[in-house]
Amino acid sequence: MLKRTHYLALAGVGLLTLGLLNLPVSLQTQVKSAIGASFLPLFGIRAASDSLLDRAGYQVLPRSTLIDNLLRLERENAELKVSALQGTDALAENQRLRATIGAAPRGPWHLKLARVVGRDPTTWWRTLQINLGSRDNLKPDHVVMSGEGLVGRISQAGLTHSQVALVGDAECGVAVVVKETRDLGIIKPGQTLSGDGGLVEMTLLQNCPGIMAGQVVLTSGLGGIFPAGLPVGTIVDTRNENGNVFTTARIRLAANLNRLEEVWVLQP
Amino acid sequence: MNRFTLIFLFLVTWLSVFAQTQFSTLRQLLSVPLALSPALVCYAALTHGFGVTISLAVLSGLWIDSLSASPLGVSTMPLFLLGFTLQLQRHLILRDQGFAQFWIGLGAGAGVPLLTLGVLSLTRSQPVTGGFTFIQLLLMGLLNGVACPALFWMFDFLHRIFDYRPLTTSSFRTDRETVRGRQFRPR
Repeated sequence: MLKRTHYLALAGVGLLTLGLLNLPVSLQTQVKSAIGASFLPLFGIRAASDSLLDRAGYQVLPRSTLIDNLLRLERENAELKVSALQGTDALAENQRLRATIGAAPRGPWHLKLARVVGRDPTTWWRTLQINLGSRDNLKPDHVVMSGEGLVGRISQAGLTHSQVALVGDAECGVAVVVKETRDLGIIKPGQTLSGDGGLVEMTLLQNCPGIMAGQVVLTSGLGGIFPAGLPVGTIVDTRNENGNVFTTARIRLAANLNRLEEVWVLQP
Repeated sequence: MNRFTLIFLFLVTWLSVFAQTQFSTLRQLLSVPLALSPALVCYAALTHGFGVTISLAVLSGLWIDSLSASPLGVSTMPLFLLGFTLQLQRHLILRDQGFAQFWIGLGAGAGVPLLTLGVLSLTRSQPVTGGFTFIQLLLMGLLNGVACPALFWMFDFLHRIFDYRPLTTSSFRTDRETVRGRQFRPR
């Protein structure tokens, strides 16, 4: 038997839900940030404990391991310097050619290292939180990547933290190209095929018989958000749909989205 | 119920929402977050009053949405409905029994995400779902099924520690003392 209090509670929560769901997006983001600010002490404690654990790890690391690591990094550094020289040369050539055909020059990207501080509390969104926000000049649509490949884009930038929509999320569609065949395709938003988010579906714009497993998929640069040439993943298998009009391929993402601890934010 | 138990209940809920965003190892193993809010609302509905249950459901829903990509308010209604229903029917539930707590937790753990997906489908959102969603719902149900009796045990333990214990008075009264022997003199 429902009492007056029950009816009032039902009406109150119903109205609150409707009111919140119908808030304008910008206001909703602000209200979310305000409520989410209650977790800032916990994020702070987590960051402090991480740093403490890191420092404790450095203390117990043997000197021989440190020297090995140093030597390996020096070698890597030397190799990277050579490839950077080659890259600079190629970039200059690219700028000259772009100027010749009248295309806009491509500016260098500025990288900002961010730490992953949390993931989406639900299973149906592929997002994560990073410890940089609008006070670090981060804005929505900035590209996020790891050393292995594309991670996603910033969907919401709070003051101190930002939300990153991962590849495969409903808010992160990516225009891609198959490196070997140069066939264009799209990783449709919300097309994750596995619970861990490692497999996504790519739809190619036409029937492409040359596509096969093992080929590399890169960002095509179309769409204006993601720059061209960022590694996205590798084709696992393909199938033809709609009477062989379209080819669909499953892609294993290059970046392991479940093991990310640090990511790079590309700022134009 | 005293103030400490209530503070602990809200504190644990706040921490559990934060924990849902952490522990990536569990996510790698099971592909589900450590979502204990349904089990906590079950506990509140079966042991606390109507006001506490509703406040907990609304607050935890708002906390979850603030850290998620979901539109704000989506998680509130399912948690509220869970608390509301259990609160109304709690006289029919064997709430002190472990198996009842397990099955209620299991139902809540799978039902609340399902209801949330239902609410999401009414908005313009496109949640990422697939064949794996069924397994995820099942795993979340199991997680909450196991967590529910554990939460009852934990809060009962805290209740025993922080609540006032009843004062045990002795039935012995000196004015009714029976003294035997020749030396007896009435006082």
